[in-house]
Amino acid sequence: MRRLAAAVLLLLLAGGIARAVEPGERLADPALEARARAIGKELRCLVCQNESIDDSGADLAHDLRVLLRERLKAGDSDRQAIAYIVARYGQFVLLKPPVEPATYALWFGPPALLALAAIAIALRLRRRDTSAPPAPLSAEERRRLARLLDEGT
Amino acid sequence: MIVELGHFALILALLLAMVQASVPLLGAARRKAGWMTLGQSTAVAQFVLVSLAFAALINAYVTSDFSVANVAENSHSTKPLLYKITGVWGNHEGSMMLWVFILSLFGAAVAWFGDNLPPTLRARVLAVQGMIGTGFLLFILLTSDPFHRLVPAPLDGRGLNPVLQDPGLAFHPPFLYLGYVGFSVAFSFAVAALIEGRVDAAWARWVRPWTLAAWCALTVGIAMGSWWAYYTLGWGGWWFWDPVENASFMPWLVGTALLHSAIVVEKRDALKSWTILLAIVTFSLSLVGTFLVRSGVLTSVHAFAVDPARGTFILLLLLVAIGGSLALYAARAPRLKSGGIFAPISREGALVLNNLLLCTGCATVFLGTLYPLFSDAVGGPKLSVGFPFFNRTFVPLMVPVLIAVAIGPLLAWKRGDLAAALQRLWLALAGTVAAVLIGFYVTGGGPVLAVLGLGLAAWVLLAAAVEWAERIRLLRAPWRESWRRARSLPRAAHGMTLAHMGLAITVAGIAASAWQQERIEVVAPGGTLAIAGYVLHLDGMTKLPGADFTADRASITVTRGGETVTVMHPEKRFFPLQQMATAMTAIHTNLLADLYVALGDSDGKGGWTVRAYWKPLVPWIWIGAVAMAAGGLVSLSDRRWRIGVAARARAPRGARPAE
Amino acid sequence: MKRALYLLPVALFLVLAGYFAVALRPGRDPSLLPSALIDKPAPDFALAGLDGTPGLSLASLKGQVAVVNFFASWCVPCRAEEPLLLRLAEQEHVPLYGIAYKDKPADAQRYLAQLGDPYRRIGVDESGRTGIDFGVYGVPETYIIDQAGHIRFRYVGPLTAETLERELLPRVKALGAS
Repeated sequence: MRRLAAAVLLLLLAGGIARAVEPGERLADPALEARARAIGKELRCLVCQNESIDDSGADLAHDLRVLLRERLKAGDSDRQAIAYIVARYGQFVLLKPPVEPATYALWFGPPALLALAAIAIALRLRRRDTSAPPAPLSAEERRRLARLLDEGT
Repeated sequence: MIVELGHFALILALLLAMVQASVPLLGAARRKAGWMTLGQSTAVAQFVLVSLAFAALINAYVTSDFSVANVAENSHSTKPLLYKITGVWGNHEGSMMLWVFILSLFGAAVAWFGDNLPPTLRARVLAVQGMIGTGFLLFILLTSDPFHRLVPAPLDGRGLNPVLQDPGLAFHPPFLYLGYVGFSVAFSFAVAALIEGRVDAAWARWVRPWTLAAWCALTVGIAMGSWWAYYTLGWGGWWFWDPVENASFMPWLVGTALLHSAIVVEKRDALKSWTILLAIVTFSLSLVGTFLVRSGVLTSVHAFAVDPARGTFILLLLLVAIGGSLALYAARAPRLKSGGIFAPISREGALVLNNLLLCTGCATVFLGTLYPLFSDAVGGPKLSVGFPFFNRTFVPLMVPVLIAVAIGPLLAWKRGDLAAALQRLWLALAGTVAAVLIGFYVTGGGPVLAVLGLGLAAWVLLAAAVEWAERIRLLRAPWRESWRRARSLPRAAHGMTLAHMGLAITVAGIAASAWQQERIEVVAPGGTLAIAGYVLHLDGMTKLPGADFTADRASITVTRGGETVTVMHPEKRFFPLQQMATAMTAIHTNLLADLYVALGDSDGKGGWTVRAYWKPLVPWIWIGAVAMAAGGLVSLSDRRWRIGVAARARAPRGARPAE
Repeated sequence: MKRALYLLPVALFLVLAGYFAVALRPGRDPSLLPSALIDKPAPDFALAGLDGTPGLSLASLKGQVAVVNFFASWCVPCRAEEPLLLRLAEQEHVPLYGIAYKDKPADAQRYLAQLGDPYRRIGVDESGRTGIDFGVYGVPETYIIDQAGHIRFRYVGPLTAETLERELLPRVKALGAS
């Protein structure tokens, strides 16, 4: 029931078709607008899974786009504008999670895995390489071989 | 009545699957031929029964039998026939029916085409297929019964989500499932080989065509999904790193690795236990994807309606299927003898590099997709992992893949000569440098990474062309000689060239998206909008009634330099039943670039928001994917896969090509 | 050593399955977000009221444990929780305040006339800006603000009798007692 209600709610908020970045929202200053677009692409629309507010047609995404542009016009840096929204909605709005202890495994996991796997493969190949050419016979072995050959004849 | 028959057929199919899962396995252990051949007949019978059940469900949709709960919830009497049929798999229960239908199809195919397999191996493969079938038929019957009746029956259905009322639904899920489920055959072969305790070149030759077939279908399925998103979403995005997309991409990545490592098993008898592991992991990722999409543990735009009982059941299935096969792997794989040795610089070495990077890439996607869940489960912060993460981690991993894909085919088996290979690629290298320089010149120094991306694409494309030309001695030998060589070259070699070229084309399409242009304006009828040298004239708007919607349709004449290029008709549709609007975009393509127009809202004063995009090379993304799949199909037609024929093919015909 | 390497895949899978099992535990809804403002000062706001009635501001809530409910006349799930809100206000005597989120005063008025008005006072947040300051992402949302003006609890979605009894009321009582 709970989830059903949530689904209804999402539908209402999502409002259907793509209306991302409407003409009326845009800032007159192209440099400022470009910054707003770039930031908007990295902020998650909360009510529509996995879309940025820049791509989303949801009402809340529209409100956040307008708010973001107001902050930039008021002189906020990119970092300040993002912090303003994170303060209200939490880190969840960041499509690019910050690098911090809780996300070390996320950010450094793939390169660490690549390095480990590469080392493992290198070790294996080297072990095989060294095992490939047989070691020369020792003096004792040579004597035994000679003896065996003598006995054979 | 038909519905009940369908239900009954499904229950019978379950019973047969249980027989198929047990008797042939015992038969193989005790060398009883009769028990072993039972696997074939049950697999075919299971396919017939599941087809009947699936047909019964489709029939209920076509006849709009709203006494069936599944039909009432997902269909509507006014829906066009096409969407009544495709709506069958537009929901959880129906898509599971498609899943087991395809699974039983593959089971029957193994029974039909498996004549050249040793009887014990075939019996064991079919038994493992039977186990998978048992699990999923139980899942459907216990938690997701599509034949459940409603009393009293509603007068009409609730209708299909308008977003799904698209021809894309007719093809995308079936291809995707052909891919997902097709990997079950490779999985069954791997598990059967572990039971037998033997993996050899013959085994690899049997597994590869099944893997290839599944891989081709998955490639097409993913490409179609991406194209569908592209033309429906209204702003031309084609990949979102959404959990559900990732769930299909992960098996593709590991499946691609599997295709390549199986070559090493076949040619060089090496990488055996690794290949077995890849076969298990590929299908396991399909299963994990099923879990992610249907259990509700992740949120996604595409996820199905959620029921915790289903999630628990699939988790149990995962434990048995994945846990069981990996445990068997841990027990048996150490005893597999590893075969031929090779130097790091060799064809094998290049394929190992390919596997290393593709698997790390898959692990990266896996980690990014599931990290929010991991973080949440241990009480960490609620996180989003979106496209910026994947672009920064996954994409760099693919750069060495692309560099190596060009060189690998020119290295010899066992011990290769890198310098010699590069020397033979001097033409490709020169072409790449020229492409990069031209790229910088034309785009005015455009985004450096995008230009380098185009350079990589040129590198892969030219290297594949050079390698192919060298093999048939194009331009070095008389035409007749080249033609003869091309004909005697194995199909698998042609397939590889085509698939690698397809990859290059896709990469070019992706890289060029950096140069897309966008114009979003409110335009009144009679007004114009200019983009990328084109002028869009909004001639007028008309209201059109549709089957179960009403549409606002724009008529936009596109001109370039005064000449009319085309007339485009983007629409905005409103579905009164669901109170939802969708955008029908209009796309004009010349295969080098798309002009993409979507209609937004009316401003109430006669003006309409028009969103116009110019997207250079974007069609290449899908053209390349189709070429990759076509390469797979060409390779699939290689006579080597049909044992017995292979021996004959090898004998005459002069120069035996080096592969 | 070599043996252990072959055990690695199954071990990794079992860890993964453990995570999946935790993720499946009942009551976990991945679409629900915790508030970023828990135990932090509530954002300041001063909103106009409906039709001449006094509006709502943060300052006017200070000194008591207040329940603030975001609602809207266009929101279907809000209708479902309306009877519970009436009960909360009339039987439990909890100080309940309403914020009409992205709503027109006339529509909100009609909605309350139709379903009953459980709120002591109402503020109209027509622009939705106060909602954003609170981190509202879907109505209805219900907040508990303590005497010092700190947000202590947020609930997203329509309240049910169960969540009212188990989550909301005990918290209000505990905060009121302290």
